[in-house]
Amino acid sequence: MVWLRSIIALWLALASLSGMAADLAAVPPMRGFVVDTAGMLKPSQAQMLEQRLQEFDRSHGSQIAVLIVPTTQPETIEQYSIRVFDAWKVGRKQIDDGVLIVVAAKDRKLRIDVGYGLEGAIPDAIAKRIVMETMSPKFKAGEPYSALVAAIDQIGKLIEGEKLPPPTRSSTQTQAKDEGGQFENLLVIGLIAASVVGGILSMLLGRFLGGMATGGLVGTIAWFMTTSLIVTGIASFVVFLFVLLSGGRGGSSGGGWGSGSSGGGDWGGFSGGGGGMAGGGGASGDW
Amino acid sequence: MRLKLLAFFAVATVLLSGCGYNQIQINDEQVTAAWSEVLNQYKRRADLIPNLVSIVQGYAAHEKEVLTRVTEARSNVAGIKATPELVNDAAAFAKFQKAQSELGGALSRLLAVAENYPQLKADANFRDLQAQVEGTENRITVARNRYIKSVKDYNISVRTFPNNLTAMVMGWKTKANFAVEDEKTISSPPQIKFDAPKPAQ
Repeated sequence: MVWLRSIIALWLALASLSGMAADLAAVPPMRGFVVDTAGMLKPSQAQMLEQRLQEFDRSHGSQIAVLIVPTTQPETIEQYSIRVFDAWKVGRKQIDDGVLIVVAAKDRKLRIDVGYGLEGAIPDAIAKRIVMETMSPKFKAGEPYSALVAAIDQIGKLIEGEKLPPPTRSSTQTQAKDEGGQFENLLVIGLIAASVVGGILSMLLGRFLGGMATGGLVGTIAWFMTTSLIVTGIASFVVFLFVLLSGGRGGSSGGGWGSGSSGGGDWGGFSGGGGGMAGGGGASGDW
Repeated sequence: MRLKLLAFFAVATVLLSGCGYNQIQINDEQVTAAWSEVLNQYKRRADLIPNLVSIVQGYAAHEKEVLTRVTEARSNVAGIKATPELVNDAAAFAKFQKAQSELGGALSRLLAVAENYPQLKADANFRDLQAQVEGTENRITVARNRYIKSVKDYNISVRTFPNNLTAMVMGWKTKANFAVEDEKTISSPPQIKFDAPKPAQ
């Protein structure tokens, strides 16, 4: 038991280690399709852009997001924007039809990042022209709003020219459900296993050993389903505790921890990025 | 009897789920995928070079050294067989990396030289190609970073207990990763001198 727990602790420690990042510019949360932490746009302008982009998302399914930050230092705008793309996941899952426009106000740098699925519709050379010929002069003239509107217009037209799957209502919602669903499945399996198998095993082996055996069993199932060490560890440990505390006949208290699954559905009004990916395509420029 | 069997089954499942076989397999596949993407982007860069060289030649034919350097570096790269197995051979991997970073350096030198030719810079074809080269260099960086991360994950999964026992039994070794010196040469293109070799610093 002790070694099992110390291994779980080790897994958790490793996971938190790999999640640590150096002193880099933070990626702001994706509160909408337009995020302006540099205050470059007037609130009304940001609102209009936001509506435009939400409308585009609804009618086409493809997503265009805009991020304006004061600076991307110490990274280059390319390094920063790919981190933002990875975090926001602009575009639909598997289709990867997202475009991210990053503006670094103080650095006077611009970048258009193109998702994998749109690299054909928006090749680097075209992205470069949008940056240097459409956006850069307007930024120079101090008109960031019209620069972004013009860029979004051009990008929108390019995307319209590409044959992409039609928009499914709430494509982003399904994705969120998918991820939550996996965890819910696990909890359901955990519940059944804990109450049925756990009941039998703890009658045969006693509460402690029975709990351990059930935990191991559930952990194995979790392993094959998710292949995630952490989920496996947590699932088996929770089930072990469950059987141990419920005295082997745990059906009644099942609802108690089953309700924890609702935590997976913490998605507010704005549905967020759809799960798209990018590989560094696009172009950068300055003004 | 039945009790013992059940206990044995429980212990066996715990052990099997903890041996890390699946995790190592998954990580191994991710390393292969990430490496293919790196190769893919290197190939994309190599494919752009002939067009770029011919355009630059049209405006700046007398920049022979820079042009030959790029062409040579490209044929050096083409001479190394870039197979997926390369990641398991540290020496071949290092050689491949050296050739690629030489090509990267020669290419950025060529683009720097092009800055001196206003007519070349004004050529729409050249500008498009330049944008493609920039985009491809960035894709290479992204692909390399993802490869670095996938190798890190793989190496951790092979080295940590209890997976290291599985790896030992199966004969799986850690995989080659990009060295820090590579990173430096990539992020700051080397000044290439053609006359006399400088003493090592």
